[in-house]
Amino acid sequence: MSASVSQANLLPTGAEFQKGLARRNFRGSVWGRFYSLSLLVAILALIALVLNIVNSAFGYAITAYEVEPTALVAGGDVGGLDAEQLVVILQDYQERRLPVYIRDNLSVVDPSIFTQVPLSESLAGRTFPAELAAMTVTELTRDQQAAVLAASLSVDTLRSLVEVEVIGEQVIHPYALSESLFERSRIDAELLEALEDEPNARLEFRSWLNFEFLTAAGSSDPAAAGVRTALLGTLWVIFITVLFAFPVGVGAAIYLEEYAVPNRLNKLIETNIRNLAGVPSIIYGLLGLAVLVRSLEFITQGRTILSAGLTLGLLILPVIIINSQEAIRAVPSSIREASFGVGATKWQTIWNQVLPAAMPGILTGTILAMSRAVGETAPLIVIGASTFIVTDPTSPFAKFTALPIQIYQWTARPQSEFRAIAAAAIIVLLVLLLLFNATAIILRQRYRKSLQG
Amino acid sequence: MTQNGAYAIQLKNVDVFYGPKLAVSDVSLNIQTRRITAFIGPSGCGKSTVLRSINRMNDLIPGARVQGDVTFQGQNLYAPEVDPVEVRRRIGMVFQKPNPFPKSIYDNVAYGPRLLGVRSKAVLDEIVEKSLKGAYLWDEVRSDLKKSGLALSGGQQQRLCIARTIAVEPEVILMDEPCSALDPIATQAVEDLMKILVKQYTIVIVTHNMQQAQRVSDFTAFFSIRKQEETPGKENRWGVLGEFAETTELFSSPNSEETERYIRGEFG
Amino acid sequence: MQTQLEAGREISRVQSAVAARRAQATLYKRPRPGEDAIRVYLLLCGILSIFTTLGIIFVLGEESLRFFTSGVTNAVEFLTSIKWQPQAGEFGILPLLESTLMTSFMAMLVAIPLGLGSAIYLAEYAPSRVRSTMKPILEVLAGIPTVVYGYFALTFMTPALRGIFGQDAVQIYNTAAAGIVMGIMILPTISSMAEDALSSVPRSLREASYGLGATRFETIVKVVLPAALSGILAAFIIGISRAVGETMIVALAAGAGSNWSFPPNFFVAAETMTGHIARISGGDLSYDSVDYNSLFAIGLMLFFITLGLNLLSQWVSKRFREVYQ
Repeated sequence: MSASVSQANLLPTGAEFQKGLARRNFRGSVWGRFYSLSLLVAILALIALVLNIVNSAFGYAITAYEVEPTALVAGGDVGGLDAEQLVVILQDYQERRLPVYIRDNLSVVDPSIFTQVPLSESLAGRTFPAELAAMTVTELTRDQQAAVLAASLSVDTLRSLVEVEVIGEQVIHPYALSESLFERSRIDAELLEALEDEPNARLEFRSWLNFEFLTAAGSSDPAAAGVRTALLGTLWVIFITVLFAFPVGVGAAIYLEEYAVPNRLNKLIETNIRNLAGVPSIIYGLLGLAVLVRSLEFITQGRTILSAGLTLGLLILPVIIINSQEAIRAVPSSIREASFGVGATKWQTIWNQVLPAAMPGILTGTILAMSRAVGETAPLIVIGASTFIVTDPTSPFAKFTALPIQIYQWTARPQSEFRAIAAAAIIVLLVLLLLFNATAIILRQRYRKSLQG
Repeated sequence: MTQNGAYAIQLKNVDVFYGPKLAVSDVSLNIQTRRITAFIGPSGCGKSTVLRSINRMNDLIPGARVQGDVTFQGQNLYAPEVDPVEVRRRIGMVFQKPNPFPKSIYDNVAYGPRLLGVRSKAVLDEIVEKSLKGAYLWDEVRSDLKKSGLALSGGQQQRLCIARTIAVEPEVILMDEPCSALDPIATQAVEDLMKILVKQYTIVIVTHNMQQAQRVSDFTAFFSIRKQEETPGKENRWGVLGEFAETTELFSSPNSEETERYIRGEFG
Repeated sequence: MQTQLEAGREISRVQSAVAARRAQATLYKRPRPGEDAIRVYLLLCGILSIFTTLGIIFVLGEESLRFFTSGVTNAVEFLTSIKWQPQAGEFGILPLLESTLMTSFMAMLVAIPLGLGSAIYLAEYAPSRVRSTMKPILEVLAGIPTVVYGYFALTFMTPALRGIFGQDAVQIYNTAAAGIVMGIMILPTISSMAEDALSSVPRSLREASYGLGATRFETIVKVVLPAALSGILAAFIIGISRAVGETMIVALAAGAGSNWSFPPNFFVAAETMTGHIARISGGDLSYDSVDYNSLFAIGLMLFFITLGLNLLSQWVSKRFREVYQ
């Protein structure tokens, strides 16, 4: 009794307690606000990131044509012209450069001897009028040179030649969307300035992300550059990545969950996978460079889609394994027992019962891993994908470029027009990721439905 | 008692270990063909463990080990040349909790026959129909065989599991507390079904419910627990077979006091 | 009922296909080559991960060995020199390491308070409706490719810093912008790991604290945070490891060319270890040159640092598990 009385005297009471409580509550509410604020900062950062991209990808641009497209074809759309018509335009406007186009696009010999050897040699394997075979390119008439171009080049190539060489759209100054909306008067003043140097200059509102951007090949000219090559490269690489990593990753997960007894080897595998998941991606790039690109060059042909796909496959393997393990572990053991109970073998049980039940989780995990691979840039740079490529990849042994690489290269350039197309490419990449994730959600739900009828 | 023919399964001096720990010790009993044998006893007495050692289901538990002889039609099930997959095909099992596959009713039943290589749609259709009829489920599901097995009620699910088991024509059906998750009406249906199935199959059932053992079984094995204090504070517990007799006999005049106390409901 | 009884009796007669097989079947083991082959395949899949690790160690080790025995440099100079000028034959990793530590430090300066703050908010304050909207948003943040963050650092964060601190004070390429954006990138990782740690603190501990008249804030700071400390520390360590290994943000925003600055200046360009590997390997690089080998020596250093951090994180969180279960 006396102890409790004396203790009561030690503790604050009444007004003193109230005052202390108010202080305590105040401190709590300040910190509580800080906590919610930090989440808010994260969300603001995401919004800033998205707005920043949109801001660069759309907006006014001061551009100028060498030749107005409407002067070439009614309506100004060269997309509808056929090879003959395109060659005629080239001949009309860039007659003297026709041999250069032949050299750049068709020649199979060294540029230094190109003008000295007959076509049969310099254009070996190409289609061209047979009667010209003995002549060198400089001996041809302009019409004959045009005929060679028309015979061998695709409409796509000819069109991009017309766009770059004849129309020659030049971006003098791109503006961000925010500038376009709020600083129109400054833009107009700068347009007047530009008109002094370039009478053809004009102001247009431009979406750098447009249909042509998606379908055009890479180019060193930002106005004509597109992401088709890079997009195809990315799809090819991811195809190889998944082709390799899915069966191996799921296989390893099945082994660890269904077969492995807890001995030293299996514990080692388990720990090792967890550590591999934490290795920086650039290290996988070095591994791919030394092993896949160099040591196994006789298989992979060097810096090819195959090397890149396998490198990224190794990179996402731990992610696939860990996710698949979780999915397999979540399958109730009663299902396994039921299957064994009617005399199924281990593999029959896994294949018929465990895998179908785990598949939604496995697929979701795989698609998440795929999304990671799609955005990976560093390993691809290290294995050497960072070269200038304008031809579409057609096989796993093709040299290639990829979307994130293209974004990196464009962003790294100081000119603001490249920033604009980098932003457009980023939107393409993010939409691709969005598609993947949407697919994951749909797949998962459909699977769930089919299982529960 | 020396004739093998009348016995489907004979256990002789069977010990089961989980890792270093003894779970069941020295069980010897003979299970008669086309009769229902019930395993009863308090929780932890190892009756399920013994049941699962009969079709080598214990193999699936890491560290589980069975010593002694479990003989099925004259063959020791634990001989090295015996294939556990084959064993489970011929000694089927129905589990405590209904565990239909997350597939259609049809696919649930057809699963086993398909594993055996039956591919013909007509044969499968016939097997499915007969098995579901045999499990008294046909009339309830015939119109909707494509429905998921999980969409059925608990009692229906358990009968589906029985149908799935008899679809591969086992000789013995092991049932591990098949009614413990069911309501009384569903329990009734499953018990009725057992009485019909026993004309065809040898049935071993583990049950917690002594009335159920009395109602359905021909023979009853009572398992009990032995304890030993190994070191102070650390007690070892394992199961032993207390008594094995015809059901009517065991319940009317038990041999041991322990059995009597258990069947009177004094512990367990 | 009668028909069903008949049906029951008919079972054996009907299942002819099954019964025929059954008649021949013995209990003896049948060879199952398919099963065995599959088991071997699955084991190989599991073992591949070990070969990946061995491959990494072997490749990095072998090329590093060539680098150190090339005569151009040696391990001591590599670890102690403050000059990295490959053209001049100077290979001291310290300037690259310094930039890596600077960007990582900056990243953690952002990611630790914000990540932990948002974790506390999500775990302790947020109503479930807010939680279920906010967590996917954080996941989106975590799923954005790093090259996009690099773009963001260069085109948003750097101009913003230059606007605040002045064009002269802040160079176009600098470690501050790269570090801050890296912090934003790592924030979701730390937030989600820390939130897991906080959520796994038993409810009874919180109730005990409330029962003694503590406020929510006091309960969090004095009871929940200490209880979840190991998990939170593990999250921080993983965050550092990711910052050290991150490449694209620094490659785009931190600048090219090594730069030893003492005291550290966050507003000037400086190349990190990863940034250097990316830039050199992205250019024309001839195999078996000293430059080529040097990349692997940097890679080896990077591998050891991140592996050490990852192991440390696992060790810390394992201790946590021992205490609370």
